[in-house]
Amino acid sequence: MEGIVYLYVFVLAAFTGYEVISRVPVILHTPLMSGSNFIHGVVLIGAMVVMGHADPDSPLQLTLGFFAVLLGAANAAGGYVVTERMLAMFKAGKKKGAE
Amino acid sequence: MMKGFIDISYVAVAVVFILGLKAMSSPATARKGIVWAGWAMIAATLVTLFWPGMQNFALMIVAMVIGGSLAWWSGKNVAMTDMPQMVAIYNGMGGGAAAAIAAVEFARGEMHGGMVAFLAVLGALIGSVAFSGSCVAYAKLQGIMKKAYRFPAQNQLNIGLAAVVAILGLAIATSEQPGGWAIVLFFVLSLALGVIVTSPIGGADMPVVISLLNAFTGLAVGFEGYVLGNPALVVAGIVVGASGTLLTQLMAKAMNRPITNVLFTPITGEAQGGEAIEGSMREMGALDAAATMRYANKVIIVPGYGMAVAGAQHKVWEMSQLLEEAGVEVVFAIHPVAGRMPGHMNVLLAEAGVPYDKIFDLEEINADFALSDVALVIGANDVVNPTARTDKSSPIYGMPILNADQAQNVIVIKRGKGAGYSGIENALFYKDNCRMLYGSAQEAVGEIIGHVKSMDA
Repeated sequence: MEGIVYLYVFVLAAFTGYEVISRVPVILHTPLMSGSNFIHGVVLIGAMVVMGHADPDSPLQLTLGFFAVLLGAANAAGGYVVTERMLAMFKAGKKKGAE
Repeated sequence: MMKGFIDISYVAVAVVFILGLKAMSSPATARKGIVWAGWAMIAATLVTLFWPGMQNFALMIVAMVIGGSLAWWSGKNVAMTDMPQMVAIYNGMGGGAAAAIAAVEFARGEMHGGMVAFLAVLGALIGSVAFSGSCVAYAKLQGIMKKAYRFPAQNQLNIGLAAVVAILGLAIATSEQPGGWAIVLFFVLSLALGVIVTSPIGGADMPVVISLLNAFTGLAVGFEGYVLGNPALVVAGIVVGASGTLLTQLMAKAMNRPITNVLFTPITGEAQGGEAIEGSMREMGALDAAATMRYANKVIIVPGYGMAVAGAQHKVWEMSQLLEEAGVEVVFAIHPVAGRMPGHMNVLLAEAGVPYDKIFDLEEINADFALSDVALVIGANDVVNPTARTDKSSPIYGMPILNADQAQNVIVIKRGKGAGYSGIENALFYKDNCRMLYGSAQEAVGEIIGHVKSMDA
């Protein structure tokens, strides 16, 4: 894709991120930070592509790729579990949440 | 053909991520939001396996299984009080992954200057800082690293090292054939930068730092997404970068600590003179505390991190139910930064079963303290320190606080006589209407429950 198109994507994504968060109650700050932490765990798919195109005869590339995938998978899995556990507690709060 | 399908899937994934994030910003839909995002992540991972020309599948799967299962297991088993540092460490791993992606791209020798190389370097720098900085944040909150380490001429050192890393990075980004050692040195110095910037920051400021590093990782992921020509990474990364920045600002505002102050002038208790506090602290037994609350009309409970680490939130809720049966109105007042992060205390109380309509924010409840009979402060300190209102030389001057001191009676349950998390003396404890009940929150509240029960028997 052209660089300028990516610039549009950057700018629009930045506005989206700002807009999505702008009206969030304080009680959700920590879960939301955790949730966005999970979402950048999508770095995993980038790590997979890089690992998949690493030279199989290069231990350096394989090692770095291995760590990229391992860390990315940990970010995604850990981020999900932690966020889900925090938000599971909001079930009890349906009363106020439904207002 | 396959690539086209993958591209379309990525668009769908990015859309679901944004919708999920949106859902997560409202209590009613928050749970759904994370579940949607989770399925989107699984879908993204599965379609990526079909990316054309991929190899090394065995190693890739092994890495995914190890990283994923270890993180899953630790995330499932960690105590709710330790959540902030888990967020920190998983965030650091994301930053590390982004940096490692850049490292592989350099090792493949495919970086020959231009925009791609520039953003690869920038993403690597930000990702490395997020990685090592998050490790330091984890170590601090976990209590592995107790002290705030300050290097001589800290700010100059930070700026100097940042400048060296920036120059080295620019040299690599503009070079047709960047040298191997320059790249290695660049990564080492970037990691070092993350460590020295976060080391002097005290534990009380850590939530803001973690939130900032979370935004950093988002940016790093977005930039590496550009390098890989992967729009899903770009959209998800930049959305997190922007929302994370806003979230950081909201947190810093709640603490009245501008982000530049957090990074460059850490709170250190001993360095601050402040006004000497006159008077003495007065003790109170559990029986008196129980009687004072049992015959009150309104009790406001101010829970702090001390209550959470003692695991006393269940007992506290039991006690407030008991008081309510006796006709006392009991509510909870939550300071924006109670616990270790904004919203952390709400999560901990929710875990204990406290309904939301009993929990109030600072703005909602601050006027009510003057009308209430008892303010029960459990394991909180800095957030009820009136010097934040009056003493300009205090490091927390100007931070909005809960006006617990305006209640008729203030009862403080506290482990010992020491100062709070930030190391600042608390003038509230020396006030005439304040009584100290020493002991762990768990035991003290347990005793109060016993006494309240015997009064009604």
